[in-house]
Amino acid sequence: MSTRMLGSDAILRSLEAEGVEVAFGIPGGAILPLYDAFARGTTVRHVLARHEQGAGHMAEGYARASGKVGVAIATSGPGVTNLVTPIADAWMDSTPLVCITGQVRSSLIGTDAFQETDATGITLPVVKHSWLVQEAEELPHVLKAAFHVARSGRCGPVLVDVAKDVQETEIDYAYPPRVDLPGWRPPASVHPRQVAEAASALLAASRPVLYVGGGAMNGDACEELLELAEAGGIPVITTLMAKGAFPDSHALCYGPPGMHGSKWANWGLNRADLIVAVGARFDDRVTGKLSAFAPGAKVVHFDVDPAEIGKLRRADIPVAGPLKLALTELAGELRSRAGPGHAGPVAWRAQLDEWREQFPYRYARDGEWLKPQAVVETLRDLTAGRDDVVWTTGVGQHQMWAMQYLVCDRPRTFLTSGGLGTMGYGLPAAIGAKAARPDATVVCVDGDGCFQMTAQELATSVLEGLPVVVVIVNNGWLGMVRQWQEMFYDERFSQTHLTHQVPDYAQLAEAYGAAGFTVEDEDDLEGVLAEALECGRTAVVDARCDPAEKCFPMIPAGAAATDVIEFPEEEAVEA
Amino acid sequence: MTHTVSVLVENKPGALARISNMFARRGFNIESLAVGPTERHDVSRIVLTVTCPAEQLEQIEKQMHKLVNVLRVSTLAAGEAVERELALVKVAAAPSRRAELMALADVFGARVADLGPQEMVFEVVGTPDQLESFEELLRPHGLKELARTGRIGLARASSPARNARPQHVLR
Repeated sequence: MSTRMLGSDAILRSLEAEGVEVAFGIPGGAILPLYDAFARGTTVRHVLARHEQGAGHMAEGYARASGKVGVAIATSGPGVTNLVTPIADAWMDSTPLVCITGQVRSSLIGTDAFQETDATGITLPVVKHSWLVQEAEELPHVLKAAFHVARSGRCGPVLVDVAKDVQETEIDYAYPPRVDLPGWRPPASVHPRQVAEAASALLAASRPVLYVGGGAMNGDACEELLELAEAGGIPVITTLMAKGAFPDSHALCYGPPGMHGSKWANWGLNRADLIVAVGARFDDRVTGKLSAFAPGAKVVHFDVDPAEIGKLRRADIPVAGPLKLALTELAGELRSRAGPGHAGPVAWRAQLDEWREQFPYRYARDGEWLKPQAVVETLRDLTAGRDDVVWTTGVGQHQMWAMQYLVCDRPRTFLTSGGLGTMGYGLPAAIGAKAARPDATVVCVDGDGCFQMTAQELATSVLEGLPVVVVIVNNGWLGMVRQWQEMFYDERFSQTHLTHQVPDYAQLAEAYGAAGFTVEDEDDLEGVLAEALECGRTAVVDARCDPAEKCFPMIPAGAAATDVIEFPEEEAVEA
Repeated sequence: MTHTVSVLVENKPGALARISNMFARRGFNIESLAVGPTERHDVSRIVLTVTCPAEQLEQIEKQMHKLVNVLRVSTLAAGEAVERELALVKVAAAPSRRAELMALADVFGARVADLGPQEMVFEVVGTPDQLESFEELLRPHGLKELARTGRIGLARASSPARNARPQHVLR
């Protein structure tokens, strides 16, 4: 059965058929017909952002918090170029995104018309696939394919660029129940022999670790991961992208490795005799100097994307396929072969625990300034035991402190820009997460530099009824860059001082109709943060912190991951 | 080592751009590339040659498989494929030199595609090695212009069992 309708209405009927609840965007010339269709009526809620980058990060935050596909809408030209950053961000972090953009009329394409940009061309390196729709009849099939590609196999962003006249053309609309893309067949099964070999390797290993990446979340394999780890008593190391995929407070969780990960996790990963990678990609921020990384380890690599296996580190046992299925089978195999009461690598776990005891995260809680770590620790303590808190972050020192000190026991509760490292991700991602989980308290731990990149989205948060709490760990500097300048560029602080002078973040928040708070004294910290968390409105807390604080531990870029720089011993006071 | 990779792609706008972009972005270098139709109107074949270590070839194949328009990727190993290339060569050919050039061309099975008062154009089909030999022998006579298509190839009919493994099955 088909119905006559305009292309613009067909787009909305297709979104409805995909179960899309909310789309984030901004109208403009070439996408006007689609917005006219919104005015005619739809069950899709539209959230009006203040900048297309914000709309894109909101769609990302929504996708990561919900596990569904995020939808962002923009117009041609500057609309789509502003969307490039979130598309690239979604590409690096494998976030499923469908971006719908308006394009100039078919007759004008290629003529350098007003607000014309080659949208499919400019996004080519950072999408799984893209379509330029110039025939209105293709719309239902293209949208079906777009959602299918975005969420199947390794998740990621796709772009559907729709010429304005296509939106205005009447078509016979019927949404296809399925789509067949002969060139897109991600692996649907895992090879049983490979799984059996992985189980043998695990049983034979004396120092095994599970090295878990964001793929575990995207592959909906977190429960299976828990079963596997417990069946084998295997220590779990979770990357930044995997925070929450395995409960942080579980005895087997050893947290994040990498440049600002813990010494125990880095030593664990590097001194393991078996690394079982689960949806992780041996990123340089995790491995440090690749040639020196985990020299004694045999590698089992599970990934739904075969191209990640062997890309950077050779896999002794490659297992391509869906992680949920793979981990279910591995846990079953391990359990049946190990038998009940299998304790796993007891001595190895004791060693890791010893390192954890010996080299904890440290900072000095003294001096005149509020310490940024104390802000994060207070937030953690104020929300302890709650399962309805979702965190987002910007990128930099505050992000690393959030990674180190926050406790996330549930998947999809820690949303951050890992691969692209996009400053400005935090606030819009929080708004998207709030749209996905209206009952949750969504808190963005942000930096002052990051916040200023997308601060205008406070308007979206306030007006759309999507209240979030932004806690700015405000050191008045581009802190991470300052840290590198101090440590590696002889303290030449070039163009990194943002100052504590402007803006007054609390006043800025008030100007947007949000609640604004400022805190400088540690004695006031708990009270102010508690008030912000409980106020039920969009809130901004300006926590004015020590400008000189550096983030430790740290592995310098290009160094071996075992060469960890610790917090200077003489300054250490028990945290 | 030089590898010949044969790629079947959907005949859609941008398919070639997606492949060449992937190569450029990941730092893989394409030495030659030939695109043309196949026995199916909706499918094109791209034959490209790359010089790289075996691990990088595996990465190239895997990354190409991820492209939605790519239907099949197969590597044609030396000796297991029929490979041909077409060249057009314009060479200085004063009337006194023509006989010698014609004799040379005969050895390579080259045809005269065009003849002018002082120059001639040969067309020659052969393996890339043969074309290179022909080019070297013509060079002393005054090579004016050269155009090569880049190699195309098919797995041998005589050893079908040794065809490269397809990961995407063409329907």
